[in-house]
Amino acid sequence: MSIVGKSEIRLDAFDKATGRTKYYEDRMPAGTLYARIRHSEIAHGFVKSVDTSEAEKIKGVVRVLTCFDAPEIDFPTAGHPWSMDPGHQDVADRRLLNTHVRYYGDDVAVVIAEDEVSAAQGVRAIKVEYETLPFVLDVQKAMEDGAPQLHEGYPNNILKHTSIRKGDYAAAITEPGLIKVEGWYDTPTVQHCHIENHGCFAYEENGRITVVSSTQIPHIVRRVVGQAIGRPWADVQIIKPYIGGGFGNKQDALYEPLCAWCSTKVGGRPVRIDCSREETFVSNRVRHAIRFHIVSWIRPDGSMAARKVDLYSNQGAYASHGHSIVAKAMGSFPQLYPCDNMECDAYTVYTNIPAAGAMRGYGMPQASFANDSNIEECAHAVQMDPVEYRNKYIMPLGFEDGFSKNVNYYDSHRECLEKGKELIGYDEKIKEFAKDTGDIRRGIGCASFWYNTAVWPIALETSSNRMLLNLDGTVTMQCGETEIGQGADTAFAQMAAEAIGLRSYKDVRIVSCQDTDTTPTGLGAYASRQTYVAGFSIRQTAEILRSKIFAYAEKLTRQSVDNMDIRDGNVVRKNDGKVLISLKELAMTAQYNPDDSEHITAESTFTIKNNAYSFGCTFAEVEVDIPMCKVTVKNIVNVHDCGNLINPALAEAQVHGGMSMAIGYGLSEQLLFDPKTGKPLNNNLLDYKLSTVMDHPDLEAAFIENPEPTSVFGTKALGEPPACSGAPAIRNAIYNATGVALHKLPMNPHNLYAAFTEAGLIRDEWQEG
Amino acid sequence: MAQYKLIHCTINGKEVEQMIDVRASLTDMLRNDFHLTSVKKGCEVGECGACNVLIDGECFNSCIYLAVWADGKNIRTLESLTGPGGEISDIQQAFMEETAIQCGFCTPGFIMTAVEILETKKLYTRDELRKLLSGHLCRCTGYENILNAVEKTMKRRLGVPVE
Repeated sequence: MSIVGKSEIRLDAFDKATGRTKYYEDRMPAGTLYARIRHSEIAHGFVKSVDTSEAEKIKGVVRVLTCFDAPEIDFPTAGHPWSMDPGHQDVADRRLLNTHVRYYGDDVAVVIAEDEVSAAQGVRAIKVEYETLPFVLDVQKAMEDGAPQLHEGYPNNILKHTSIRKGDYAAAITEPGLIKVEGWYDTPTVQHCHIENHGCFAYEENGRITVVSSTQIPHIVRRVVGQAIGRPWADVQIIKPYIGGGFGNKQDALYEPLCAWCSTKVGGRPVRIDCSREETFVSNRVRHAIRFHIVSWIRPDGSMAARKVDLYSNQGAYASHGHSIVAKAMGSFPQLYPCDNMECDAYTVYTNIPAAGAMRGYGMPQASFANDSNIEECAHAVQMDPVEYRNKYIMPLGFEDGFSKNVNYYDSHRECLEKGKELIGYDEKIKEFAKDTGDIRRGIGCASFWYNTAVWPIALETSSNRMLLNLDGTVTMQCGETEIGQGADTAFAQMAAEAIGLRSYKDVRIVSCQDTDTTPTGLGAYASRQTYVAGFSIRQTAEILRSKIFAYAEKLTRQSVDNMDIRDGNVVRKNDGKVLISLKELAMTAQYNPDDSEHITAESTFTIKNNAYSFGCTFAEVEVDIPMCKVTVKNIVNVHDCGNLINPALAEAQVHGGMSMAIGYGLSEQLLFDPKTGKPLNNNLLDYKLSTVMDHPDLEAAFIENPEPTSVFGTKALGEPPACSGAPAIRNAIYNATGVALHKLPMNPHNLYAAFTEAGLIRDEWQEG
Repeated sequence: MAQYKLIHCTINGKEVEQMIDVRASLTDMLRNDFHLTSVKKGCEVGECGACNVLIDGECFNSCIYLAVWADGKNIRTLESLTGPGGEISDIQQAFMEETAIQCGFCTPGFIMTAVEILETKKLYTRDELRKLLSGHLCRCTGYENILNAVEKTMKRRLGVPVE
């Protein structure tokens, strides 16, 4: 191993540093029409009529389409692989444009115009008449009898309810001497905030429809576009160029189906839909706000006798990824802190807020906040150090999950906790901070998280790969897995160079852009799966390529195939390392041999039937200004066991980004809605508080590299895990500093004021007069 | 009714004249008329910093700077940092080496603010650099490596030892 495991510079770094990288908007054909969407200005109701006459009079407006023109096809949008089992297919509950509008920002009509200004004027000139209906924003209120109903066939707005039953909870809680540790834990609606908004353009060519889109999942979007516009899937071509971040929002079909349909309505001319930042916040996807109720019954030694967890997940108006997210969150509870007697119930509930979908962590930032907050309270209840409590009761070495068959092969949790403790100086600081009693107090806390890599056995895991030997002895590679900013292409190139035997990762010319007409089918960037799953197809395809190279080399060198290897871009004799022929010479000869010409290529698909745990923790140190209700994170460390690192520098950078997202989730981010109208209140980057570089301390990322036995390169998930445990670690540090156990994110001054007042830490002297 | 105006300015060292829609932003002009695609659109209301360019040596969010105001100005975008033979500047090299680039969408704006900082030839503390860079949003990097890239380049240019 020489190429894998090195901190190589990203393959796309030069183009990105010089500004020449092309994103969807940089590839727009001249004369592309602008489509702009008219969104609903009510949270719930029916569109009675749409008057387009004024809009159509505007010079430059080409066509106006309304919800009454849209095909009567309900389609799903979630970026899940197609399931051959109808029972496992995603919920089809929306149309391209909707007459039954279910949130403030739903899609009612679209104006297609020659230029941006005319399109915007056209949208404003449309007159929409509604029949308004009562609406509901809160997840538990939506479950009440008599609540406004969003979709037919889902009584009490419950999209799905699943349960876990383990042991006998009712009997277990009768054990004498148990301590009850109970809490409600509330997480907010937040948004991905990739800096490039979603957008796409579509055109018809040769009787087919092409969509160039800022997406994480081109092959899945192909199917959804086909479903939504009622065309055979193979009629649709999706092209994915470089994208400016995704974080799960673009793991959904967003406006590709509408854009494709618009093009078909203007004779196949190219049409673009570019989401504004305000639209991205509201009319794309958001993270599920999940409310948890946890009742833990612990013995005086801290051991867990029984546990009950209820999870209420706010789905918003449309199903998107739906119940999968809270189901994953629920699934972590019996595993992270195992308990013999458990009752868990998860509900996914429609409400009149924007649709929630996938977002980095997929339910785990929410679950980690609730679980590790409650665990912290359990430790306090038995007066045990919180790290010691975790060390004692967190998932043991050798734990096996019956469903996924995942095994905790190493004692990752404890190793990560130990390293985190050491790096932040836990033992000294917890003693020192205990002395703080004034207005400004310091605290330290930690949280662990549970994660798994990829989605097997819940859904298909497949990866396809193509390699072409070039005339200069380099290899062109196409993967179905997508580069979305995380550095996937570079990791794939490192793995391929290693597997083939090339000199450098730069000798792998990766085709970054996926085109569903020519790229071998893959599923795309989600579930922190790509480095793990691509490893299987890269190795398999490399083996095929190598065997073809050896077969041709045998003809040229008369040495036996069994005695051949490829090292540093040369075919060598294994036994003594003698160079038999360079790949360059072999490729040239094979290509131009008048008697026996061959372009040496390989491709294959690998179906993965494995999954892998990926664990870690966060330690945070805070300073709390109690009268100001302000928290400053002074130090923060993430420790991950994601197996072997393919590229340590990229891994570290990936962790930094997740930590930043977790700090925002903990301290400042939330999308707010007006309770009187359902209107989003802060759907812009000024009022929605995304962390800036001033809101962070230096971020420290550390790793425990236990090689994952099921993985080709010993690697496993790292994309999402860094975003999971930051918020509860900060929460537990605030608890340590102030003695106040917070139960609601974000921990901003507004929420801290209420909690500190209730705890008697601050008095409103002005009111007391 | 659209109105047009002829403006003269210098873009990346070249004197140009261009007829523009008086409603157009400088972002629109740079992207659409001059194909300078390093100028990115993340919000179009001056919140995210992705469209940042240098105007007479000072950083501006070009999305909220009218194209007509550019008349007589000297405008520099990220493209200006690449030499005629494709050679790149130290700050671009530092962004590459420090793994300060991920999706790349905020990168051009950040680098141009870094240029403004570096051209002051002052030695800033890390906290001062944080403040100077805080007009840019990034969701990928947590800013850590961006800060490192700017700090190291600043120190190298000033001959201060880099840790």
